[in-house]
Amino acid sequence: MAQYQNLFTTVQATGPIHHGVELGHGNSPRSFEPVTNYWLGKIGNAQLGPIYLGGLGLASLICGLIAFTLIGMNMLASVGYDPIQFVRQLFWLSLEPPPPAYGLSLPPLNQGGWWLIVGLFLTASLFLWWARTYRRARELGMGTHVAWAFAAAIWLYLVLGLFRPILMGSWGEAVPYGIFSHLDWTAAFSLRYGNLFYNPFHALSIAFLYGSALLFAMHGATILAVTRFGGEREIEQIVDRGTASERAALFWRWTMGFNATMESIHRWAWWFAVLCPLTGGIGILLTGTVVDNWYLWAVKHGVAPPYPDVFPAVVDPALSAGGKP
Amino acid sequence: MKIRFSLIAGLALLAGLAGCERPPMESVQTGYRGTGMVQVYNPRTLEANAALHEAPAVIPQVGSEGPKASQVYQNVKVLGDLSVGQFNRLMASMATWVAPEQGCAYCHNLGNLADDSKYTKVVARQMVEMTQHINADWQQHVGTTGVTCFTCHRGNPVPANIWFKTNPQPYGSNFMGDKAGQNDPSEVVNLSSLPNDPFTPFLLGKEEIRVGGTTALPSGNRQSIKQAEWTYGLMTHMSTSLGVNCTFCHNTQSFSKWEGGPDKRLKAWYGIRMARDVNLTYMETLVDAFPAHRKGVLGDVAKLNCATCHQGAYKPLNGAKMASEFPELLNKLSTVPLARVAGGASTGK
Repeated sequence: MAQYQNLFTTVQATGPIHHGVELGHGNSPRSFEPVTNYWLGKIGNAQLGPIYLGGLGLASLICGLIAFTLIGMNMLASVGYDPIQFVRQLFWLSLEPPPPAYGLSLPPLNQGGWWLIVGLFLTASLFLWWARTYRRARELGMGTHVAWAFAAAIWLYLVLGLFRPILMGSWGEAVPYGIFSHLDWTAAFSLRYGNLFYNPFHALSIAFLYGSALLFAMHGATILAVTRFGGEREIEQIVDRGTASERAALFWRWTMGFNATMESIHRWAWWFAVLCPLTGGIGILLTGTVVDNWYLWAVKHGVAPPYPDVFPAVVDPALSAGGKP
Repeated sequence: MKIRFSLIAGLALLAGLAGCERPPMESVQTGYRGTGMVQVYNPRTLEANAALHEAPAVIPQVGSEGPKASQVYQNVKVLGDLSVGQFNRLMASMATWVAPEQGCAYCHNLGNLADDSKYTKVVARQMVEMTQHINADWQQHVGTTGVTCFTCHRGNPVPANIWFKTNPQPYGSNFMGDKAGQNDPSEVVNLSSLPNDPFTPFLLGKEEIRVGGTTALPSGNRQSIKQAEWTYGLMTHMSTSLGVNCTFCHNTQSFSKWEGGPDKRLKAWYGIRMARDVNLTYMETLVDAFPAHRKGVLGDVAKLNCATCHQGAYKPLNGAKMASEFPELLNKLSTVPLARVAGGASTGK
């Protein structure tokens, strides 16, 4: 016999296609005739579209596409416009920020000029998309929690590519646009500034990152565990809480003494997720501007533990008089 | 349906692991417990490469009595103090080390062995001087183990691991697509996207390798993250050339700090200076001697880096004391190559 479950659903309840609520004055019409898709129904709502594009959405997509295309064209040019090499080397290819010698001045196009242009369009695209999430939420009568969560991510992006380079006086401090290159940049960043693991804001950011994953797992598991009592069905929960939510709360109260509520668990999750880039951004912003070597900073403040010496004593050869140059 | 889904997921997972080396690995703790000071070795790789790091059998030493090579042969400039027996033993050894297939004729005009018309002979003479210089003046790096021709050549006329300057704009474009000397799947930097010619600035030039701050708070260190990437590229080359992890030389707490770190780093520090000295003094000066087909795309001579000698072993030939069998390679005649003293390569006629 078929059972209703909310993940990998064996039976899909498909109703008449719904276009959504009426929008007020000043809104664009929604685009695309909605369709339903069986496979989408496996992982979420089977109905695809309509989408609200609007002026902000359109402008954001155009700016984003310009940035995306410029990055792609630079990558393609760097392999002599060979499409096969473009695919083969894609993970290595990158658009680099200007050499540090240019400081904050405008470099030639091929010396980071493209990088600056891409940064301008990408930033514009992100801001427009942010305004879109804010306005769409307001139009639906919602709070703006999604927009502010997105703003936390934009904060980290701006710290990496705009605020910190300006404070350091060089675009060359910013992150390249590339798969491996931004990873190598991250490692080089830590090496240059004396081990980022001793940066307390980096530590906080990791705590919120791992905490987010833990909370996500706890919340997801709890709700899935009470779907057999209709725990995931929002409408019924509003009208009559039933026993699902009660059991979920009891489970955690019995397991660890304390339980979140249906509302507070989402505040927990939201703050953990938002604090991850917020604290991380603070850590990045302080690096090089306020602290030059996080390891030495940690030694100074008693954070880095001293370990017993196990290797023969070594003196920096550059300091010894007999050392060759 | 479920089986097909699992199959696809399983295959995708396997494909994701395709670039990995299979376990088990051997890990050797080198530092204080819990500090990550370990070396990780793949025993299968070590076994597969074991033959590469074996020192060859050497011809037994002969006496120094009898007439000197310079009295019997003509145009012997560097090894003239050897007895004829010692001289011939070294020549025969060099043939097996450098040109086992071509033999004496690789360097010599067999009609007149004293003739310097082959470029290989001019290069070989300077390489003997280089070997003596390394063994005599760079013991801070090579210790008493020293090097011989075989350390680099391993039976190849041109050592397997050499480097040339790379063309920063291989496609000639100046409009877009500048790679900034990096972002290439290059073996030099172990397939990372780091700058892939760290040798020109560091093993030929004297650019500052140190990037880390020396004080907790900013105090004037203007080294950038991009410079850190160049240093990182050089260090990755050193790591792969020696078959070791970063922690072979560095303390995981702080890569820039010397105190409390492995003493191996001292050897490596001198190694960088040695490579730079040798490249400048003994390789670059041969630029006119080498024919075009032995030069790089930018017309520069072949130069050496860490991999030239080490070839994946933390000590070349696993530290075999091969040079001690050739005392004539341990002492030097001159501090600079003879060709420079005489003002250019001699024809020897």
